[in-house]
Amino acid sequence: MNERMVQLDVLRYDPQVDDEPHFQHYEVPCKEEWVVLDALNAIKESIDPTLNYRWSCHMAVCGSCGMMINGEPRLSCHAFLRDFEGVIRVEPLANFPIERDLVTVADDFIDKLKRVKPYLIPGETRSIDEGEYIQTPAQLMKYRHFSMCINCMLCYAACPQYALQPLFLGPAAITLAHRYNLDSRDGGRDERQQVIATNEGVWECSFVGACSEVCPKAVDPAGALQQVKVASTLDWFREHLLPGDTK
Amino acid sequence: MSRRPFVRPVSRTRWYFKHPRYLRYMSREVTCVFIGAFTLLLLCAVERLSEGQAAYESFLAAIGGPWSALGLSIVLIFVVHNAISWFNVTPKALPVQIGEGFLPGRFIVAAHYAVWILISLAVLFFAGVL
Ligand code: SF4
Ligand code: FES
Repeated sequence: MNERMVQLDVLRYDPQVDDEPHFQHYEVPCKEEWVVLDALNAIKESIDPTLNYRWSCHMAVCGSCGMMINGEPRLSCHAFLRDFEGVIRVEPLANFPIERDLVTVADDFIDKLKRVKPYLIPGETRSIDEGEYIQTPAQLMKYRHFSMCINCMLCYAACPQYALQPLFLGPAAITLAHRYNLDSRDGGRDERQQVIATNEGVWECSFVGACSEVCPKAVDPAGALQQVKVASTLDWFREHLLPGDTK
Repeated sequence: MSRRPFVRPVSRTRWYFKHPRYLRYMSREVTCVFIGAFTLLLLCAVERLSEGQAAYESFLAAIGGPWSALGLSIVLIFVVHNAISWFNVTPKALPVQIGEGFLPGRFIVAAHYAVWILISLAVLFFAGVL
């Protein structure tokens, strides 16, 4: 198996001693088929056990290994070393505070996810005897790609609006709300609209489109947000222009 | 162990130089300045038109020189750039589901171009050019 020396500049930050982060240079022997995460594991095992980063599945499923790799938000388990030349720059995900080294503080994202009620709120209550909530394949396809999100936060790291306005609910949270709103079994749209059809919700989005470009799961959050804008605008017309509705 | 998360500073004025995709976005956004300017010019034209034929003709003469031709050409480039960049992203905002699949985005984009061409032809027809 081919091996070669790979060079990485990794952003380090130790809250106990550092006032600000700094780059540390590593050179590590890597196999041809390795990804950036393998190189970090090799560093941690044989060169520097103090290096901190998150990962779990190594197969682009758990969403925990997101980092900036040469300035681009990527899953480090999905970024093949053979696609890079020269020194690879590895930094923690942009737009999130650095907890330590490559580990970021994700609390803001988790809070926002909770706020959009990302679960089924049944439109009609059925007893267990009445059986399951039936859905046709066509009804499933309506939202299926929006349900593929792995909460990796790459879209937040790519979004300049989130960088400039941290109150922005952001791509993945609004997309997840939209995913449930589109679900034929769900009746919770009114509750979610209170959260997402607001200035800090979808109207903070100016359709840069960066979220969809970096999403490793082809969720297309930018598409979801534009669809939320269209639907919210139609709501407004319905409320203000149609007779009889005084909501 | 005490936590002391480090927040990296974000430049409010130079962030769009950080990635080519941000510059591409800004190039779409600045088109609105030119479209706004052209809209003002159109409003002036309507106003002069309401003042009668002589006023309108002097207005046309005023904007007829080579410099305004150059300026209007630049505006045209930005308007076309705006239209194309928005048309190309319409499939995201207006997906058309057919059964268990979606209509390929290129048809939605093509429909926008078709309507654009039709309306332009209609305008040229009513203006007596065609
Ligand atoms: S939408 Fe895509 S980029 Fe954003 S958190 Fe989900 S999987 Fe990650
Ligand atoms: S380690 Fe799970 S997504 Fe990369």
